[in-house]
Amino acid sequence: MPPFVPLTLFALVVAAIIAHVAVPSVRGWLWKPIAGLGAFMLVALWYLGLVWAPPEQFMSDVGRILYVHVPHVWMALLAFTLNVGCAVAYLMKKSFVTDALAESAAEVGVYFGAVGVTMGSIWARPTWGVWWDWDPRLISTTVMLLAYVGYLALRSFTEDPERRATWSAVAAILSYVSLPIVWFSVRWWNSLHQVQSSPSTVDKPMVQVLRWGAITLLCFLYVFIVKRYQIARSRQTAAMELPPLEAPRPEAA
Amino acid sequence: MTPKIPLLAAAWLVLKKDWQIEWRTRARLTAIIFFSLSTLLLFSFAVGPDINTLRAHAPGYLWLALLFASVLSLGESFRIESENQALTGLVLTPVEPRAIFVGKVFGNASLLFVLSLVLLPVTVALYDVDLSRAPLQLVLVLFLGSVGISAPGTVYSAISANARARDVMLPLLLFPVLIPLLLAAVSATRFTLQPDPQEQVGGWLKLLTAFDLIYLSVGFLLFPKVAEED
Amino acid sequence: MAEQLAVEAVDISKRFGARWALARLSFGLPQGRSLLLTGHNGSGKTTLLRLIATASFPTAGTLRVLGHDARAGRDQLRPHVALVSHASFHYEDLTAAQNLTLSAKFLGRGGEPNLVPELLERMGLSERADSPVRQFSAGMRKRLAIARLLMKAPKVALLDEPFGELDPAGIKQMEGLIRELQSQGTSVVLATHLVEQGQSLTNERLHLAAGRKVDAS
Repeated sequence: MPPFVPLTLFALVVAAIIAHVAVPSVRGWLWKPIAGLGAFMLVALWYLGLVWAPPEQFMSDVGRILYVHVPHVWMALLAFTLNVGCAVAYLMKKSFVTDALAESAAEVGVYFGAVGVTMGSIWARPTWGVWWDWDPRLISTTVMLLAYVGYLALRSFTEDPERRATWSAVAAILSYVSLPIVWFSVRWWNSLHQVQSSPSTVDKPMVQVLRWGAITLLCFLYVFIVKRYQIARSRQTAAMELPPLEAPRPEAA
Repeated sequence: MTPKIPLLAAAWLVLKKDWQIEWRTRARLTAIIFFSLSTLLLFSFAVGPDINTLRAHAPGYLWLALLFASVLSLGESFRIESENQALTGLVLTPVEPRAIFVGKVFGNASLLFVLSLVLLPVTVALYDVDLSRAPLQLVLVLFLGSVGISAPGTVYSAISANARARDVMLPLLLFPVLIPLLLAAVSATRFTLQPDPQEQVGGWLKLLTAFDLIYLSVGFLLFPKVAEED
Repeated sequence: MAEQLAVEAVDISKRFGARWALARLSFGLPQGRSLLLTGHNGSGKTTLLRLIATASFPTAGTLRVLGHDARAGRDQLRPHVALVSHASFHYEDLTAAQNLTLSAKFLGRGGEPNLVPELLERMGLSERADSPVRQFSAGMRKRLAIARLLMKAPKVALLDEPFGELDPAGIKQMEGLIRELQSQGTSVVLATHLVEQGQSLTNERLHLAAGRKVDAS
């Protein structure tokens, strides 16, 4: 698979999300085929990951958790990237649409990240004999997760919708900026672990299943975000429903 | 018409104002100093009396004490500004919000820096560390670390000063972002106080500096959004 | 421009969450004339003053102050607009003199050694110049806020309940100060519950109810 394919897929998902947000006629149906595709691919992933792919060379069957663990963390990263994109967009032009999308992306990202970290911890137990391991990827993901839990807490602790949107956008950017620094510093701080396994060092069938898993979760990422977005929007409208602004009455002489 | 004073001059005025307030209410500084003293003492109780362990981990304890104290001092720094809406008053005077950011960052950083200098002799007493290896480098690490805590801290405390549950919000937002700074500051301090056979200290100092510069710039860009209402 | 408007509101609205604090308000105030703002608590007086002071910005509509758009031109107009509001903007731990000196320096008037003492003298605060604001009574705080407004010599002065918390002598002095500002060409926007007092000081009146302009009766 050529290297630009993952990026293209992400761009497709972003385009689909934008279509969902911008085109009302798409809202009713687009998520259905994607959810269906995701469900089908998930069923296939069970077969591919548990039966079809050969056991991992060093970790045997335990390694199979990677097919879902790694894509989960990827999805969290993608969601946070979408979140920071919305944050920047909000600061450039105020709009409750980008604010709602930022909120949904962050929440879905925290979900994928939390599941990913939990799976990483489960994987670490038989592999390294401990539940927690100072692997840079695991720590970076956890730190990222903490930062976005703070972000969500800030949102829920701020009443005024405009302040909430502005402040959380600022917080989102500060958190996102920290991601590469955290990753770099943690790796440097604890450089005793295995080198990062890029697809070229892993068996061919494994890579294929991993990618299958990623595309599966990409479908779910889309569905979760747009569904969460609709909830966020309806909450906004409920919270900010306003009496219509009638024109001012004609001035009395 | 009205002479608009340059950004750095305004920042300097904000900084001096913070010092003035700090000096008038010395009780606050004293409280923060004693808070971090007891934190340092608590670490030695928690770890036990083995002096070798304590000495080996002294840099970590020192920076954790500073980090905890910074939450108090940063929170306080914007409590002053939200009382009577003084921050809005500054903005309307008018003072450029970016000047306020620069002034507040270095105001907070100077407080932490002074605090860290006060804590040094205490680490000698409690943990038996040797400060004489490279004192200037140690001061540099403390300074860079103080700026690094204050740069994102100033933005976050401006936000949390007006949020509900602000005492919880600030560390919740700040600590994850500060993890690289903590790693870099602790490592740089360790290799300053203890032998550094692989000469790693240079790299950590660079990381510290990079962290400071990144968050100073990001804060500089974003602070106006926080200081001004929409 | 035929006649410079100090404040010009074209169909402005301001929302706070699920509430319109101001709804489709339009009015114009020529430079040099003064406006009395009346209305019950929560009718939008303070919000309007904060919008004119650029402490906050309208959700919809156009607000021009001294010919500048309130949002886009805020840097140009802030030096000429001053607000005295419920929040005094003072640092509680600085003295009265320090608070004023700080403002003077920010306004580029740090080189005038008599400025602060004279203002304090005028507002009857000389004796307490070196006490921290924390020890001040509400009336003294208001006087200090007025001193700060006078220092700015604004073209538009926004006064939110200036008579509240003042003693009778203070109210008299306040009236004198408002007239003095007006004689210098300053437009005063005065929000107060003391309607008669306010009307004797101003040329025009805007009565607000639930964020809308209504006929005063």
